[in-house]
Amino acid sequence: MSRRAVLGMGALAPLAAACGSNTGRGGSAPGTVRQWYHAYGEDGTRSAVERYAAEYPRQDVEVQWNPGDYDSKIVTALQAGSGPDVFEAQVKADWVRQGQIVPVDDLLGEARADFPARVLETATVDGRCYAVPQAVDTQLLFYRKSRLAAAGVAPPRTADELVDAARRLRTAGSGGLFAGNDGGVGVLAGPLLWSAGLDFLDAERRGVGFDDPRAAAAFGRLAELNSSGALLLGAPADWSDPSALIDGLAAMQWTGLWNLPRIAAALGDDFGVLPFPPLDEHGAPSVPIGAYGAAVNAKSRDVEAAKEFVRWLWVDRTDHQLEFATAFGCHIPARASLAAQAPALRTGPGAEAVRCTREHAHLVGGPMWTSAANSALSDALYRIAKQGADPVAETRAAVAAAGAELARTHR
Amino acid sequence: MKRRDARDFWLFVGPFLAGLVLFGYVPIGWSAYLSLFDARNTVTPEVFVGLDNYTAVLTNPAFTGSLLTFTGFAAGIVPLTFAAALGLALALERVRVARAFFRSVFFLPFACSSVVAALIWKTSLFSGVRSGLVNSALGLVGVDPIAWLGTADPPLYWVVLVTARLWLQVGFYVLLFLAALQRIPRQLYEAAWLDGAQPGWQVFRHVTWPQLRTTSAAVALLLLISAFQAFDEFYNLLGDARGYPPYARPPLVYLYYTALGSGGQDLGRGSAGAIVLALLVAGAALVQSRVLKIGRGG
Repeated sequence: MSRRAVLGMGALAPLAAACGSNTGRGGSAPGTVRQWYHAYGEDGTRSAVERYAAEYPRQDVEVQWNPGDYDSKIVTALQAGSGPDVFEAQVKADWVRQGQIVPVDDLLGEARADFPARVLETATVDGRCYAVPQAVDTQLLFYRKSRLAAAGVAPPRTADELVDAARRLRTAGSGGLFAGNDGGVGVLAGPLLWSAGLDFLDAERRGVGFDDPRAAAAFGRLAELNSSGALLLGAPADWSDPSALIDGLAAMQWTGLWNLPRIAAALGDDFGVLPFPPLDEHGAPSVPIGAYGAAVNAKSRDVEAAKEFVRWLWVDRTDHQLEFATAFGCHIPARASLAAQAPALRTGPGAEAVRCTREHAHLVGGPMWTSAANSALSDALYRIAKQGADPVAETRAAVAAAGAELARTHR
Repeated sequence: MKRRDARDFWLFVGPFLAGLVLFGYVPIGWSAYLSLFDARNTVTPEVFVGLDNYTAVLTNPAFTGSLLTFTGFAAGIVPLTFAAALGLALALERVRVARAFFRSVFFLPFACSSVVAALIWKTSLFSGVRSGLVNSALGLVGVDPIAWLGTADPPLYWVVLVTARLWLQVGFYVLLFLAALQRIPRQLYEAAWLDGAQPGWQVFRHVTWPQLRTTSAAVALLLLISAFQAFDEFYNLLGDARGYPPYARPPLVYLYYTALGSGGQDLGRGSAGAIVLALLVAGAALVQSRVLKIGRGG
């Protein structure tokens, strides 16, 4: 029996060692570029990227589609030295420090000016760019115009108005606001910080950016929302899926712009979008942005060939980039010139979303923010929002724990 | 003859032993090695840090808190499953009709994937919306929908976690108890009857229970270990790739996020935590086997 116990405990290490082994490296012919994507939920994305790969004139490109926890898989594959040549990822400072990915500044060339600074920042570490952004994702507050009108509630412009609106929109059969089954802890940490004029990281991107009593005040708003009963919790599909809003389970929902086509198809004109509102006059509206970028594995058999492929697809082929971002679900093309061309983004909520990402965009931590630091923040926010813990004490504890983690990583 | 015995021994034991060494002891050894290094995003670390990782995990309230929570969880779930399994086994022993049916009905959940069970519990039984099964039932008596997994104050998520775990594991222990019950010699009951023991509690207390001692000890020990190994249904009910709440967080879930989470894999601290946990469970198992005198016969 103790063997069973010991085996169970020891199970962590073999997982780490074994996960990277089955990458198909042996199977591909030399001269083939191996490219990885995570499994996009939208129909058509996979066949599109396979088509792009087949069109590449110089070499064979082998696309691998990776369902499941893709981000962990990439980390493990990079460690094991058996990863793909080209892969989409949200760049981590750790990878750069450990020489696992190569800079791609030279690929951008004249196109560099066409990428908004905030978008390039998602892939920038110590002043160098490590991935070519493929498409930009953002999240917004979607609301049902008819539900707000019926309740006599104006679209919320401050955090207090948001709490108040959620309360007043709540009915017997539906919640006022849906921000995830965790009560918004996962997706609203950033917007709450930005609403107070703060951020995950400080200006140097080395230390904690929320060592400030205003962070506790902002987090307190999430506690109010959670204790008010106005939040929808335990919905069948989580915040990243538009079902709760479409099915009338909530009058407002924080969700991704990628759902715009489904929401528009279901609700017609009966919806609007808003950025997350400011805490008070010292804060600002905000939306998070994130971008998967095409990165090149430093241990690739032919780094230059891999980079050439990235240049061809993600810098030169603007037609593919536009289709990739806008034909399957709604994402904002990474390049400003392409964003202006997408029909879905020229009018109505789509145009409003583009405006928000231009004026109010923030990185959800970015490459320098570490997962250990994020756990510290998330633990604190859970306790504040879900267990009624003291926001000031919890925020202080998170600042200390996240600060120690950041110091350890960036020393 | 001797040589042939030895050959047979290795023929039968060899493959198992090789598997155990390769997938059991080598990783444990490697884990112990990693725990002494700054092993972030690497399994071949170079920076030796001594016991720093152990200091870090043992002073980290997230890890020590999860150990405490799960000591509490074990204190609840072990007796609960034990009593439920024993009670069901005693009841099933007496069933005279459709015995095979009743026995398999209780064992079937054990064959169910805990991931599948967790999804059913989460999205169907204990869904927070009005259409969830439990909420529909409560709605009949006029109770508003309850967000079972989303309510931490009071901690209603335990209702979901404990019922899921009970449903999943109780059948296996029922089976162990049933097997043990069937091995109790009938003569003992006849003798007790002749001596005037009252059927029911008196017979159970003085005949059945003492005869079940070895099995009871084994069941208690297995339950304790499985309480500390909690992962599957917890991860699938409360967590996802992005994170897990700080409450009801089993030590293994915490270590999983530390060592293998997306974004940054701290195998040094994760391994240190795994070693600490392994030592604790081994220690608890030793103490328990001493106290319950396991392996010394009934």
